Amino acid sequence: MRERIREILRSHGQIPVEPGELSDDADLYQAGLTSHASVNLMLALEDEFEVEFPESLLLRRTFESVKAIEEALQKIRATSSAT
Amino acid sequence: MTLAPIVSETPETPASYTGLDGSWEARVARVAAIAATHADDVDAAGRFPVEAVDAMRAEGLLGAWIPTTLGGMGAGVEQITSACEAFGQHCASVGMVFAMHQIQVAAIVRHSADSEPMREYLRALADTPRLIASGTSEIGVGGDLRTSKCAVQIDGEARALRKQAPVISYGLEADDLLVTARRADDASASDQVLVLLRRDQCTLTQSSVWQSLGFRGTCSHGFALSARFAPDAILPVPFAVIASETMVPVSHLVWASVWLGISTDAVRRARRAVREDARRQGAATGSPRLAQLVSRLHAMRGMVRDAVRDYASRMDDPDALGTMAYAIRINNLKLEASEALVDIVQLAMRVTGIAGYRLDTAVTLGRALRDSFGAIVMISNDRILAANATLLMASRED
Repeated sequence: MRERIREILRSHGQIPVEPGELSDDADLYQAGLTSHASVNLMLALEDEFEVEFPESLLLRRTFESVKAIEEALQKIRATSSAT
Repeated sequence: MTLAPIVSETPETPASYTGLDGSWEARVARVAAIAATHADDVDAAGRFPVEAVDAMRAEGLLGAWIPTTLGGMGAGVEQITSACEAFGQHCASVGMVFAMHQIQVAAIVRHSADSEPMREYLRALADTPRLIASGTSEIGVGGDLRTSKCAVQIDGEARALRKQAPVISYGLEADDLLVTARRADDASASDQVLVLLRRDQCTLTQSSVWQSLGFRGTCSHGFALSARFAPDAILPVPFAVIASETMVPVSHLVWASVWLGISTDAVRRARRAVREDARRQGAATGSPRLAQLVSRLHAMRGMVRDAVRDYASRMDDPDALGTMAYAIRINNLKLEASEALVDIVQLAMRVTGIAGYRLDTAVTLGRALRDSFGAIVMISNDRILAANATLLMASRED
């Protein structure tokens, strides 16, 4: 999952560094992720993982690292499979 | 319409504050009275409203937002915004200076829990009032708060920065400045920190003069700023967080409250013009335009105060402040309040007719008209619409 997230970061994150060189915990905002790009990133993640981010997860923190994105996606999947 | 001379309807400035009513409302009212006395001169000369700001110091209003545990008054956002509204009714420049200072205090108060030097600063500020200016603007970033060109440089044990600021409101009069910069030389443009600079750590070289239509007393000149400071002058939280949780919402709340004050004053003038007209004609014919105007004012007041209450209810919940839905909502406050101000002043002008258009009457709307457009162009509404357009690609909240 993390590799797929990195792939989307590469295509939609508009960050000046190679996502493969970022650790799972690396701060994506420090790496150059802007709030504008984070919206594009979110839309691409929704397409790739066929999920919909709920309003409560549309936070800066949700997109702050590869790990945080993964956790958010898992949370969404857990919630949608429970209903 | 009679051409009454400009009369001050304000009480006299008290010679001493001792023994006076110490309630928040009374403190604010005394400062507002002083603001009113000098408002025309501040506007005409484009000078800093030093009398009103000195009164704010004397009344303890500059450190009001500081919690009581740090020696402050522990005022809430409702009280701060009510003061903005009161000052806006008499002198919009005083309102804006107070508002901008409070934005800076809020940023430090709400994001300094982990920094003993910052808490120490707040204790000192509560004891001896200091006026804090904002150094967030920068030449070459297209007016984007969340983008910096300049960076914090390492200079031995110290840190340094240089910034070209197109405007620093009351930069010459401020005791301290809060300045944005990239975190380090190799940091990206949006990876910013907020630095608290004392005036003696800065060299400010004025690069332009604030010659504006309105808000003339804010003295928002341009400056080249260079500073050398200790590492602990940097607030411990990324500016991205300070901006989204505090600076942006608080800015829109305090500004909208100043604008509500300007609108209230414009409506008051319109009402006075209608009454004077009726008195002269000996017939109490109501003005439907005035009724419409008051309706607009009440709608604006409801919107602004509701936004203040909403912020107060969520301000201690970072998750409730950090959502895109909230960013959109607080941006909408800026859009709607600034447009409402311009509409209300223009409608008031139709009610007063030539008396409001003239500069030498008691119901003149000249200053209000000039100030009102500042609300639309300062952090341009077009830019805010563009930001919301992006956020709306993600947010689905109705």
